[in-house]
Amino acid sequence: MAGDLKKVAYYPGCVLEGTGHAYNRSTKEVGKVLGLDLVEVKNWNCCGAMEVKNTDPKLQTYLSARNLSIAQGMGFDTVMAPCNGCYHNLKKAEYDLKNDPASVEMNERVSTKAGHPAYRAGKVETIHAIDWLKRAVGEEELARRVTNSLKGLKVANYYGCMYTRPRHIFPEKDKGPGSESTLRPHFMDDLLAAAGAENVEYPLKTACCGGAHALSDCDTSTTLVLNLLETAEACGAEVIATNCPTCHTGLEMHQVRADKVLGRKTRVRILYFTQLIGMALGLSARKVGVPENMSDPSDVLQAKGLG
Amino acid sequence: MPIHEKSLIRPENLITHDSLVIDGTDVSGHWSTFIKSRTITDYNEAMQDEIAALPGGEYIHRCWQCGSCTNACTVNAVNPDFNPRYWIYLIRTGMEEELLRDKDIIWQCVSCNKCTYACPRDVFPEGVMKATAHWLELKGHTAASPATHFDATFTEQILATGRMEESHTLRSFFKRTGQPLNQPWLVALVTGMAKRFPLFFMIRMGLAVVFRPRTRGWARTEGVLRDFVSQRRARNAAALGLDSKEGH
Ligand code: SF4
Ligand code: SF4
Repeated sequence: MAGDLKKVAYYPGCVLEGTGHAYNRSTKEVGKVLGLDLVEVKNWNCCGAMEVKNTDPKLQTYLSARNLSIAQGMGFDTVMAPCNGCYHNLKKAEYDLKNDPASVEMNERVSTKAGHPAYRAGKVETIHAIDWLKRAVGEEELARRVTNSLKGLKVANYYGCMYTRPRHIFPEKDKGPGSESTLRPHFMDDLLAAAGAENVEYPLKTACCGGAHALSDCDTSTTLVLNLLETAEACGAEVIATNCPTCHTGLEMHQVRADKVLGRKTRVRILYFTQLIGMALGLSARKVGVPENMSDPSDVLQAKGLG
Repeated sequence: MPIHEKSLIRPENLITHDSLVIDGTDVSGHWSTFIKSRTITDYNEAMQDEIAALPGGEYIHRCWQCGSCTNACTVNAVNPDFNPRYWIYLIRTGMEEELLRDKDIIWQCVSCNKCTYACPRDVFPEGVMKATAHWLELKGHTAASPATHFDATFTEQILATGRMEESHTLRSFFKRTGQPLNQPWLVALVTGMAKRFPLFFMIRMGLAVVFRPRTRGWARTEGVLRDFVSQRRARNAAALGLDSKEGH
């Protein structure tokens, strides 16, 4: 599936319209510079995030499937979701509708009652913004398009949980050379290296930031985030690159909380990988939404002549 | 990270007399230490079936107690008492009393699925943790956890509008759980943001609060989904032998 990725359906999701606005903005700007078309899924609804499944998993399957059904109706066979949560949920819906008859039955019944066509597995492939840039552009082309290299900026690539787990909903991963690894993901590293970054060896690429309980269990989240931040610094990183608005905001929020509540200050900056790539492509810091980030990375960026 | 497994001897079962003389022999202090025996007096034979009947708990019977889940677990690394393997063991053997000792921390599972990744038997321990936390609340062993409040606030908003607007979710959550919004770290966060955020972005965020984003024509879907949710609630309650009104 997914032949031409120059034009794909775009599912921003709720968070990209709120705290993750900078991710939305930088993703779209990067697409524009690279000549990639993003067509927003019409009248989309929330994918269910991390919470709805705890009310009932099938409710989440339906919510995600409704968006896939709309993308299909718009004539797309690929939908791109930059948020790990959305990406994960759309993938999970695809998996459930392929493998679980009870989910299929529920989705058909609810869709019919709600008055729209039910989504059937195998029609629309969900990809992450990382896959999008990797497959539609690739490292070589990206490197050629770089006008303002990241100049060896030391980056820890942090992928979080939902980009690789649970493994069974990502059948295209772990397929040997060229495919993404769920144990040691590297697609974001590859892209940032092409943009001139020096990726540090970061052992916590797929560790958890506690995002699901960022507010309901603050102390656990602060402990987990602090570990991510301090380890990144110990690995020599100046910046943590993120690919998820929940992780990103969690890192920013608990960086402040660790400082205020535990007196543990960390200096590592947190940027969306699309912001870094955008700046390498010559976009200004403002254009990729850097002023909308909570932590101020100006000094680190200016030292590299970025933004 | 080594596996932190629970010691079988609990501190409260270690009995030591500071001064004790038996038959003229002074056995004060650690000479008199003995371990109270653990006697299990009752099993809850329905517990495994009930948890397996809740969403996420379906595959608990597959567990062969390898401990990979606990070894990989994010929360276990923060709190050694958080032990999915051990809880699965207690549920499968019906040791309810033992399980209830940890009733106030089971909800803390952060759904990272490290356990699911490591599990050789496709038990989906993450789901089992959610089912167990749910079971504890439905049975009245614990009050609704902050996470349950958050999930409910969130789900309610999506059922009502099709979308989630963060500040609304945030305020409803803080209100439901009775937490003040003026916690020092939150204030530092917000004032820090206000200093840096461009004006248009603040206006945008402000507008979202007043004009909550919603999916057009959602009312019909809302009705269908609310029916579905109440059917599922009734079904879950019935599986636990409860009157459906007791569910939350
Ligand atoms: S990893 Fe799976 S099989 Fe092993 S103890 Fe945990 S749940 Fe049981
Ligand atoms: S999903 Fe829950 S139980 Fe599983 S590893 Fe993560 S925190 Fe532990």
